Amino acid sequence: MLNFPRWRLWAITLTCLLGVALAIPSLLPATVTQNWPAALSPRINLGLDLAGGSQLLMEADTSSLTRQRLEAMEETVRREMRTARIEIAELSTANNELSFLVRDPAQAGPALQRIRQQTQSALLGGTTEWTVEGSGNRVVVRSTAAGEAAAVDAAMDVAREVIDRRINALGTLEPTIIRQGASRILIQVPGLQDPEQLKSLIGRTARLEFKMVSQGVTDEQLQQGRAPVGSQILPMAQGGRIAVERRAMVTGDQISDAQQSFDQQNGQPVVTIRFDGAGGQRFARATRDNVGRPFAIILDNVVLSAPVINEPILGGSAQVSGSFTVESANELAISLRSGRLPVELRVVEERSVGPDLGRDSIIKGTVASVVAISAVIIFMLITYGRFGVYAMIGLALNALMILGIMALFNATLTLPGIAGFVLTIGAAVDANVLINERIREEQRRGRRLLDALETGYREASTAIFDANITNTIAAVLMFYFGSGPIRGFAVVLMIGIVTSVFTAVNVTRMFVALWVRRKRPKELHI
Amino acid sequence: MRLLKLVPDNTNIDFMKWRNLALILSIIVTIAAIALVAVRGLNLGVDFIGGQSIRVAFNQAPPLDELRSQIGALNMGDATIQESRGAALPGQVARPEVIIRLPLPEGDEAAANRVATQVRGVIQSNYPGAQVLAVDTVSGKVSGELFRSGAIAIALAMLGIAIYIWFRFEWQFGVGALVTLAHDVAMTMGFFSLTQLEFNLNVVAAILTIVGYSLNDTVVIYDRIRENLRKYRKMEIVPLLNLSLNETLSRTIVTSLSILMALLALLLIGPDVIFGLTAAIFVGIFVGTYSSIYISSPVLVWLGVSGESFVPKAAQAGAERVAPKLGKDGDGAQV
Repeated sequence: MLNFPRWRLWAITLTCLLGVALAIPSLLPATVTQNWPAALSPRINLGLDLAGGSQLLMEADTSSLTRQRLEAMEETVRREMRTARIEIAELSTANNELSFLVRDPAQAGPALQRIRQQTQSALLGGTTEWTVEGSGNRVVVRSTAAGEAAAVDAAMDVAREVIDRRINALGTLEPTIIRQGASRILIQVPGLQDPEQLKSLIGRTARLEFKMVSQGVTDEQLQQGRAPVGSQILPMAQGGRIAVERRAMVTGDQISDAQQSFDQQNGQPVVTIRFDGAGGQRFARATRDNVGRPFAIILDNVVLSAPVINEPILGGSAQVSGSFTVESANELAISLRSGRLPVELRVVEERSVGPDLGRDSIIKGTVASVVAISAVIIFMLITYGRFGVYAMIGLALNALMILGIMALFNATLTLPGIAGFVLTIGAAVDANVLINERIREEQRRGRRLLDALETGYREASTAIFDANITNTIAAVLMFYFGSGPIRGFAVVLMIGIVTSVFTAVNVTRMFVALWVRRKRPKELHI
Repeated sequence: MRLLKLVPDNTNIDFMKWRNLALILSIIVTIAAIALVAVRGLNLGVDFIGGQSIRVAFNQAPPLDELRSQIGALNMGDATIQESRGAALPGQVARPEVIIRLPLPEGDEAAANRVATQVRGVIQSNYPGAQVLAVDTVSGKVSGELFRSGAIAIALAMLGIAIYIWFRFEWQFGVGALVTLAHDVAMTMGFFSLTQLEFNLNVVAAILTIVGYSLNDTVVIYDRIRENLRKYRKMEIVPLLNLSLNETLSRTIVTSLSILMALLALLLIGPDVIFGLTAAIFVGIFVGTYSSIYISSPVLVWLGVSGESFVPKAAQAGAERVAPKLGKDGDGAQV
């Protein structure tokens, strides 16, 4: 017990001082620390449930992605067969596979070879994105699971960037946008109370297409939903349906800018888009070739309007109209500027907390924590006297060090985290209790003071160790399986386990050793 | 200064005398708790059944029936409306809070937005000054996942801890820990079924915490049992358990009281949103203290733990003593 080397004393003191110093910026009001250098003012992040804000969990509709890939593959096959002058028939994309017949069996071999060349781009690990099989003159192209996963992964990365651009276009928000799992994106926006605007902004795919309206389609065909070859039937925003050609004249991928503006004739809010070089040329050519025919402006598979081309549009820009308000036109402009989402996203979880509730939680949580710490300290003082004072100092250091470490790692304090904090305070004294009770016991057994202290600290340590391991197992699993606020709880528990063992064992032991060395007490009331 | 001693020195309570009675009682109460959960069910929050939960603060307590019929008039399925115990700190004005829970039209997200907007509208037009504090919307798919991962986490935590105890002690201790944990978790779930407090993600976190912390007492007692088994290898198991329980009794009481005191502060003046979480941990710690004495220890008797079955890893000189050195006023545990 007397053997407490100087280096250990310094190590413990410095660790404590560092922990406390790290906690100080978080305890001061933000106005005080805002001018400090960032390195000197680590602060604990407040979770959305304390700071107020909105959280959206978006999930990608991967089946739409599968369909898109298959459609793109269909395009590729048609193009390749056309250039190779191979006639094909019975092309179908049913059952998530692409199959077709080569009319001339002699050409089946070359057809197969051409498609293989197009689909053999290897992924990591040597697997391919597609498998191509030929039997007789039938060719079947199937997507592999690895190809599917790679496509989802790439699409999610793009989606994350698109969402980032869209939210940033709203201005001063500081969103956190992270991918979660294979096909989800978590968006957290502190300070945003009503996420409706955010949802309509990022919930829209913003896939803009210009297609010619198909000619000679009867009402009967429209009603039955049977599109002629090369056409598709789409709903119209104002109600009703319309048949358009499958091939797009131009798409939103070929625009360089989009702005909200007003129609010069009727003053309605519209979105003016500007095509990039290639897009402008395609649009000019298409409108020149089709004067007098209607074309459809399609947003996310809904036809917004279908105006007639009065004259070729050569200026490289176009107007998208369709009963917009100024806000919705502006939203569409932002969406178009930031690019289309490569995959449809749905909101699967949404949580929003107003700033009042968060502030109320912080105040009540702080008061409860202070009361809890005080109650435990008083209890320790009247139970263990001098050793209670040591436990008290350990407890106060522990509370500050938890905050300090959280600030150091930029951890997020959530509302359940406050509960974790209070629980840790209550449980932190357990190590002291174990040690003190053991010392009492050893004294009763007739050991002399020094011996009792030594034995108390030594024998209690295995129980302290085992008890904290069980806590750690639970906290780690909580962190692994939990979401947002719960993780905040687990983080506090894990940090608290480490700091409480440190303060309760090392710090109090240091005080005891110093006391014993200085006073050489003969007996101890504990 | 005279120090507080909640437990006098050298207690010699014959805990094990009551072990059969305690066992019967524990089994009855545990079965009752499980039956309660099975029959009456848990008041599952939107985290686990999906739907929308809207927390509203009013200037004056709204007549709940009126509010219910106003929201019912929107025709959005079964709405549950419950008052929240929003206590105010001194100097604050208490604003009564109400939580409105609505089912979610499956697969129709636009409808979910409409629901929230309509409810906002109804509240703002009928109760000027009322304020929507928080909105949670969870789709059926996510709620299912949350439920599954919560259940898996609890099961893994219980197993993991039992396996750890098995490695650190002996297999009987591992089984004892598992039985104790199952009891504590069942009782906490029973408490939630009884009180119909909302069972949400926070409560799952609380149960995980209980799994970790309520076992603290058990671990400390097991640690002492192991120590005593090594020390007094010829001692009968029942008196040895009594001895260990008495030796650790003071610590058990002091620690449990200190945790419960801290939690009580949070229960009484803490944020209302985590009332369920705190209540669950409070109950769990309380139950855990009981079960560490009356479940985890008797299990060792039934599983046949004795000085012989526990092979000492480090046989110490003098480990052959037959009985503990007795305190001068107590007569100790007799062999």
